[in-house]
Parts: sequence; C-alpha cells; structure tokens
Amino acid sequence: MTIKKLALVTCVALSVLSPLSARAAEGGHLPKLSWSFEGFAGTYDRPSLQRGFKVYREVCAACHSMDKVYYRDLTALGYNEEQIKAVAGEYTFIDGPNDEGDMFERSGRPSDPFKAPYANREQAMYANNGAYPPDMSLLVKARHGGANYIYGILTGYGHAPEGHEVPEGKHWNAIMPGHIIAMAPPLQDGQITYDDNAPQTVDQYAKDVATFLTWASEPHMEERKRIGITAFLFLLVFTGVMYTVKKKLWAKLH
Amino acid sequence: MGSGQRAEFKNPVVSWIDERLPVFSLMQKEYGVFPTPRNFNYFWNFGAIAMVMLITMIVSGIVLAMHYTPHADYAFSSVERIMRDVNWGWMLRYIHMNGASFFFIAVYIHIFRGMYYGSYKKPRELLWILGVIIYLLMMATAFMGYTLPWSQMGGWAATVISGFFTAIPVVGDMIQTLLLGGFSVDNPTLNRFFSLHYLLPFVIFAVVFLHVWALHVSGSNNPLGIDVKSSQDTLPFHPYYTMKDTFGLGVFLLLYVIVTFFFPNIFAHPDHFVEYNPMVTPPHIVPEWYFLPFYAILRGLTFGINPYIGLSLVAMVVVMAPIYGGPDKKTGLCGLLCALGRQFALPLLVVAGIFFALGYLSQVEKASGGALLSLPLSDLVFINAKLAGVLAMFGSVILLVFIPWLDTHPVRSARFRPLFKWATLVLAIDFVVLGYVGMEAADAALFGVIPLLWIGQLGTGYYFAYFLMILPWLSRNEKALPLPVSINEAVLKA
Repeated sequence: MTIKKLALVTCVALSVLSPLSARAAEGGHLPKLSWSFEGFAGTYDRPSLQRGFKVYREVCAACHSMDKVYYRDLTALGYNEEQIKAVAGEYTFIDGPNDEGDMFERSGRPSDPFKAPYANREQAMYANNGAYPPDMSLLVKARHGGANYIYGILTGYGHAPEGHEVPEGKHWNAIMPGHIIAMAPPLQDGQITYDDNAPQTVDQYAKDVATFLTWASEPHMEERKRIGITAFLFLLVFTGVMYTVKKKLWAKLH
Repeated sequence: MGSGQRAEFKNPVVSWIDERLPVFSLMQKEYGVFPTPRNFNYFWNFGAIAMVMLITMIVSGIVLAMHYTPHADYAFSSVERIMRDVNWGWMLRYIHMNGASFFFIAVYIHIFRGMYYGSYKKPRELLWILGVIIYLLMMATAFMGYTLPWSQMGGWAATVISGFFTAIPVVGDMIQTLLLGGFSVDNPTLNRFFSLHYLLPFVIFAVVFLHVWALHVSGSNNPLGIDVKSSQDTLPFHPYYTMKDTFGLGVFLLLYVIVTFFFPNIFAHPDHFVEYNPMVTPPHIVPEWYFLPFYAILRGLTFGINPYIGLSLVAMVVVMAPIYGGPDKKTGLCGLLCALGRQFALPLLVVAGIFFALGYLSQVEKASGGALLSLPLSDLVFINAKLAGVLAMFGSVILLVFIPWLDTHPVRSARFRPLFKWATLVLAIDFVVLGYVGMEAADAALFGVIPLLWIGQLGTGYYFAYFLMILPWLSRNEKALPLPVSINEAVLKA
C-alpha cells in the first residue's frame, strides 16, 4: 500500500535531513575521534576527566569561566570530599556583607561555583583585546561537533596558507569558523605534568579537556543512559505484551 | 450531557455517585461501549497518542515551572540549575523539550491522516476546524516555550517571529510592541511569554475536549471513508481500541524514550545553549523543526505583488471561477467570469504563467544591481515581498480551516480517489521538502548548483495550488472508484 511506503520514505528522509546531519561546521573539516562517552552505554573515562580538570585549572581557567559548575560537582570525577575541600580552598572569594556591613575575603568551599578569572564580561573583553573568552560550562553543547570541535580547535593551530592574512594579535586555526581565532595557542607539549602515565602532549591534553568539558555540559549523562536503558526495556516488554493482548483479542473477530 | 440513559453498576459506591453525577455512565457510554468502526488502521492511533503527549507536556511543564525563574537575568541559569541540581530535573526538562517535538510528530501524522481519508468532510467540518484551532494554539505555545530558556536561539527567534507583525501596514509596529512588551525582546517579553505559555496548554485542553465531544457526536471516520450502516460495522471502543491504542502508544513511546534518553539534544541547535545576548545576532536563526515548512514559505516570497503578478493572479481567478462557481452559474459578473474561464481556460493559464514569470523576473535583483528584467510599472509593488511572505505564511496555515469547502468531492477516502491520493501524497512530500529548505541557509544550494530558494518557491507554489486549485478541480472532475457496500463486507472480503 502506498501510504505505508510513504511513511517509510518520510521516516528515512527525516532521519537523513535531521538537524545534526544537515549542518557541518562552517570551519574546517572536524576530526572524528572515538570517545568513551559515546554510544548507548558510554561512560566518562574517570582518569581522563581528572586530567582534563587539571588542564582546565592550570591553563583554560586563566581566561575562561565555568560558572554553572560547582566544586561539589567534582565528586563525579572521582574525588573525595577532602580533596574537593582542598581544591576549593585554594581560591579566594569575596563574600558578605558581614554583621558590620562589610564585604570580606574567605577561602573557597565545595558549595562555591568555579572561581571566574574576571569580575565581569567587560573586564574579560578588556583583558583579551576585545574578544570574550566564552564560559565553558556548556561549551560542548553550544558548538557544532561538541567534543570533536574542542579537540579540533586545540589541535588546529598552524600557519595560515599562502594568501590568507591573519590580523595583528589573532591566530590561524583550521577548525575555527572563518579560521581566525583570538585565542593564542594555549597548549604545548609537556606544559602540564600528569600524575599518571598518560602522554604529556597537546593531543592528549586536548582529548582530556574535551572529555572534561563534555562532562561539565552534561553531568548527568551516565545516569540518563542507565535510566534510558531501563525505560526502554520496560516499554519493550510492555509493548510486546500489549501486542499479544491486541492480537489475541482481535483474532476472535475474524 | 448526563441526561441520557444511565448504566447499571454493581458497586454500591459507584452506583451512589453515578445517580448523583453520572460520570461513570458517561465514561461507559463514550469510552466503554462507544461504537467505533471496526476497520481502523494504525493511523487512527495518533489522536490518543497526541492526547497522551499533551498530558505529558502539561505534567512535566507544571513541575518545571516550580523550579524555573522567569526573569531575564536568571532564566538561563535557572534552566541550567534544573539540568544540574534539581532532582530528576534533567529528565523532566528533556521529557518536556523533546515531548514538544513528539507532540508535533503525532499531530502532523494525525492531520495527514485526516486529509488522506477525508475526515474533514460532512458531518465532521467543525471537528476538523477545532483541530486546526488546537494546532494553531500548539504553535503559539511551542514558540513561547522556545523563548523561555532565554538562549540566543530562543531570544532571536522571538525577535524574528514578532517582526513578522511589523509587515502589517499602519498597526504592525504597535502589534509587535504589544507582543514584546517593549521595543525589543527583554524581560517584559519573557514574563508575558511565560504567563501565556502556562495558560495556553489549558486552553488547548479545553479545545481538545470540544474536539473529542464533536467526534463523539459524528462518530469516527474510517479508512474506507464510508458511513457506519449497522452494528456489524462497529466494535465497542473498549477493549478493542483501548488495547490497540495502548500497543500503538507503546511503539511511539519507545521512539520517544530513545530520543529523550540517548539523543536529547538532536532537535536543539547549539545556539540554544548560549545565553541570550541582544547585542550579538547569531549567524543562522532557525525556528524549531515543526515550523520549518512555514519558514520556507515565508522566505520563498522574495517578490511582492506588482502589476504583472497581479494580472497573473487575476487570470488564475478567472480560470478557477467556473470551478468555484459551478456549472450552473449563468448570470451576473460571476456568470461572465465563469463563461470566460470555461471558454479560455488554457490560454488564460498560459497568460497567467507568462505574466507571473515577467513579474517575478522583474523583481529579481542582479548581482550588479538593478532588476534582471526591466519592465514598465514593475516597481509599482502593491504588496511588498515582506508582507506577501507573512501573508503567505499565515495563509498557508489558515487555509486548513477551509479544506471542507475546497474539497467537496462526495467520496472521503483517498483509497477510492486515485488522483486525490497522489496529489495528497505529493503534498506530504512537498511539506517535508519545504521543511528541509527552511532548515538550510537562505543562499544554500542543492548539490551546489540548484538554489534551494527555487525549490522552496516551487514547493510553496504546489502547496497553495493543492488547496486552491487542485482540490476544487478534483472535486468537480475526479471519477471515484466504486465504494464497498459496507465496512463489514469490506473487512470480511479482506
């Protein structure tokens, strides 16, 4: 029957034309890495998350805020309460007013959001030649390509091809839409000392920080997939039972 | 309601309540023994599925509203708080966000079902119109909900869509200011959108009630499109259709669960995760997928109505006059037009085509500036491109209201109308193609050569031709296949 064929064709067409597949980033061709968090049962690689957090803390955090993420959230990376207290305690926050109406400085607590490098957007732009270093809490979801985009940007620096002008104070990046990026190459081999045996290369740094940022933008992903599998299996059984019920019931009619 | 026959109940409590307020009798009559055609296919599941989605949206939405802050400074952060810190917040939000898409999927299939099987025809015209009203309310609700997370995409979509109203002469700007609560999208916009986004679902619920009421007066249509003749043609709604609907719902929910839990952001553009900034315009502003076909129609109208296009439209009206007016119209202006239309249908269509091409080309800008084809009076544009686009876009939805009077063919189901069947299937494909055109950038090209704009314009042309020319013409000229005597007989034969 044609109507069934049409339904099939429409489904296929819709899946082909779905927003994700339809629009590649306007920049260079994105690399496609295989990530631990991909797939129906994918999870975050804990050691990679911890290394990625180290890269963020020592490099990215100099310019990029992550104001939706709290130190307490770091339990998900495998840190215990003492370690988190120690991490938060390294930062100084302005709090107040106290009983006398004055603002005061205190060290950070697990209940504080990640300390932002600048007081506000204006200060961030002023310090960076007018370019705003975007907040990283949701960056993976806010860019076409997600983690591959982050990795691509961090490893995409190079010399501009012949005939391309790079303005003063800007840089050439193969992945950046338009290929001109304000951020200077942030990573160099050996720049960050890892506590484990992971290679201390730009490539590894980029992978780790992309993993960390994916977690930051989607912290409940593992729980979500777990519940999803349960919900799917329940519905599958339920729908199967309903199919049998329906079939038996209607069989009596003919 | 309730004045009819009451049912007998064994349970004394049920019986006691039913004597005083016959809700159990009502449910028994409308959902228990309600006679329903026995030959439904799975397309008839989508009304029930849409109902479940509406309830899902209302319940998840009410809980989300408990945690959401409708203020320009806090809205984006409060949504992120729901995603990160509220217990099960991420799940509620993803259920709600993707639920909107799945609600529209169910409703689009439901609408297509109604068109394909002629469910809008007598005596179900009002039932159909109530459905179109539900669809319009859904669009308004979804659009306002899109703005609430206060993202770049939501805020700018509100700017673009409210901008449509500025195309209306004289009062347009006032209407936009009223909608936004100011001159641009800001806190007052967010507040009124939140208020209306909470209100409209309950209005939808009320209209759904009327929709179902009207359905239970006329009874359901069926794939054969013929009326129920005897009790042999029907089955009690329960258990036959309650069970069949539950099975169909299960299949639908399986797909919904896959998207919600494994690809929750598949329908969301990355700019949905950047906080709204009125100073930075995103490079592509696209509405949600369910609006894309209408967005393509809006953008397809890159030309206004100048004297050439106007003449072309007049010629088409004359061609259509005998089809609308009927063969018996002999007197008056209408009679004259009908006579002209009958006599010169083909030449007039050719004239219409030529004038349309002239009018169109005279409004295409060359890359070097100036019109591609310079003609006298071509600059005299009565309705400019922007207003024409807005009128076409709203018109394309409003047209649905009039289908019962555009398609007056006595046979309902496309099964017995081969020409209507193909025209309607092509319309469905056209709608998907328009959606694709709406999603891509305005200057995109298919395979790098064919501008999508042209495809969008052709698609728009077919969309309007289907309703305004093909349906009326087929109503008068299509010879239907022989209809079965009764539903029962057709079922037994199969």
